[in-house]
Amino acid sequence: MAPDAPKMKPIWFFVGLILLTMGLVILLAGLYGLWVRPLGPPKVLASLHPEIWWGGFMVLAGTVFILIGRKSSAE
Amino acid sequence: MQAIGLTVVDWVIILIYFAFVLGIGIYLKRFTRSEEDFFLAGRKNSSWVAGLAFVSANLGALELMGMAGNTFKYGMYVAHFYWIGAIPAMLFLGIYMMPFYYSSRIKSIPGYLKLRFDEKTRVLNGFSFAAMTLLVSGINLYAMALVLHTFVGWNWDVSMWASALTVAVYVTLSGLLSAIFTEIIQFFLIWFGLFLVSVLGLVEIGSWDEILRRVPEGFAKLWSNSANPAHNGMLITWAGIVLGLGFVLSFGYWTTDFLVVQRAFSARNLRSARMTPILASFFKMAVPFLVILSGLIALALTRDPHSGFHLISDAGKVNYDSALPMLIGRYLPPGLVGLGITALLAGFMAGQAGNISAFNTVWTYDIYHSVINRKASPQHLLRMGRAATVVGILLSVGTAYWAKSMPTIMDYMQTIFSWVNAPLFATMLLGMFIKWITPDGAFWGLIAGMGSSITMYLGVKFNWISARLIVLSGISSDMAVNFWRAWWAWLICALVTILISRFTKRKTDEELTGLVKGLKRKPAEAGISWYRRPVFYAVLSLIVLILLNIYFW
Repeated sequence: MAPDAPKMKPIWFFVGLILLTMGLVILLAGLYGLWVRPLGPPKVLASLHPEIWWGGFMVLAGTVFILIGRKSSAE
Repeated sequence: MQAIGLTVVDWVIILIYFAFVLGIGIYLKRFTRSEEDFFLAGRKNSSWVAGLAFVSANLGALELMGMAGNTFKYGMYVAHFYWIGAIPAMLFLGIYMMPFYYSSRIKSIPGYLKLRFDEKTRVLNGFSFAAMTLLVSGINLYAMALVLHTFVGWNWDVSMWASALTVAVYVTLSGLLSAIFTEIIQFFLIWFGLFLVSVLGLVEIGSWDEILRRVPEGFAKLWSNSANPAHNGMLITWAGIVLGLGFVLSFGYWTTDFLVVQRAFSARNLRSARMTPILASFFKMAVPFLVILSGLIALALTRDPHSGFHLISDAGKVNYDSALPMLIGRYLPPGLVGLGITALLAGFMAGQAGNISAFNTVWTYDIYHSVINRKASPQHLLRMGRAATVVGILLSVGTAYWAKSMPTIMDYMQTIFSWVNAPLFATMLLGMFIKWITPDGAFWGLIAGMGSSITMYLGVKFNWISARLIVLSGISSDMAVNFWRAWWAWLICALVTILISRFTKRKTDEELTGLVKGLKRKPAEAGISWYRRPVFYAVLSLIVLILLNIYFW
């Protein structure tokens, strides 16, 4: 490959980006539903607020994948 | 029934997914310059990337919903599809078969048949595989539209064309590379989107033991009730599971179906190619904790009159495939419902992209380049691959409309595999391990195997023969008939291949070097330390498989 050829970003970067983006939307929607008004009818086990902790978990996982992607990109 | 309601947040999640896969297709186009980039993703993937794509190509939404539904219907026996019905075959592919495939630098499975046997066997398999991929791709598309229509209330035509066009755009732009990227994204979306359903189900019911207590006794075991078919939900004996599923169907699918094996061909070297199915086996073993668990949770909830949970019924007939969507509707709040629906959508679209990327390769190399235009340049083949993608998508849309007119077509998926893959596995196994198997033996064996499988299917369907003759038992289920038919098709193909090979001309040892066991070149990984060798990881995988089977015995 020529030295100036574009370098492909690793798949882990894209996995991280989509998890981070979706996780952020879910987390923010969960916080809005908790503090302002619910966005939909209540579901079974709604009191556990799975959207908040699962959204937060996705944000965390997405960040880790982006860091892995950046690291393997640099290598 | 009332459709699962979507809020603005759910729509945002779904649109993010569509924007991502289209963006990735456009981004990867600049790296797709040659035919090898398009058809084999440039042969530069690590074993992790190829391994995740390998398992994801099989992890379609049809499979997720179908297997969760089958668990509701048959119980824990469905885990056999993920354990004995997958892992030994994947390890066999990595350890024994991949060196022959990868080292001969073939671009497709029919390509191996040409090198090992001859052109006519390659073309026969090329045509049957191409027809199978289009059929499966169309059924996939039909199932997706049906799911979205039934559970989310979307328009049948709009959802089918929107997803077909999206797949057409990103596969046409960057071929196998974008198919692999989206398959890996799909893998993570499925786990993040659907595993929460199992977690919340466990929380609601209380414990794993409580789930087992609520389901019928025959549904909660894996092997201990397999001696008598009347004692388990699938109405099958251990012999049917081991011979039909564990040996023929599983080895036929995992070692010869180009849809999955193509992912290993994209690996950067032989060791990575061998590690591809072995790493994938660990991910495959984890899938029951998502699929089987959700099926059992749905069954346990249904048997509790206070839960208010039930599956959809159409004219008194229970729709088992509704188990997973109904659990999504029960537990997931706004945003997460969108993620769950996106996971199913991603599974459908990645399944279709996998079929189309395998179709365009087999069409271009094994039919077009082999039969129609032998002098085509690499750039011409690249253009042909892109054109085949668009035509393949259109044909699969046509297949989907055909499937719509035949309400039971989804039941035929396993049947199609028993027609094409089960006999092909006999041809491959004999061809790779016995050097005196001849081109004519392979060709006529394959014809006999495929012909007998189709005949048995039609014979039972139209009552020409009794299913009892196939399953060797007084009672059976549709699944048991599928398993046994695959076994007989394999056996007939093997016997005819051996018989005809005794009387026809074989290839010389020089022609078969690198293609048959005993005539292979020295392995490229001879100097690698023991803990980095594929065999080491295969043994680890086998140990985990044995422990899982003992635990759930």
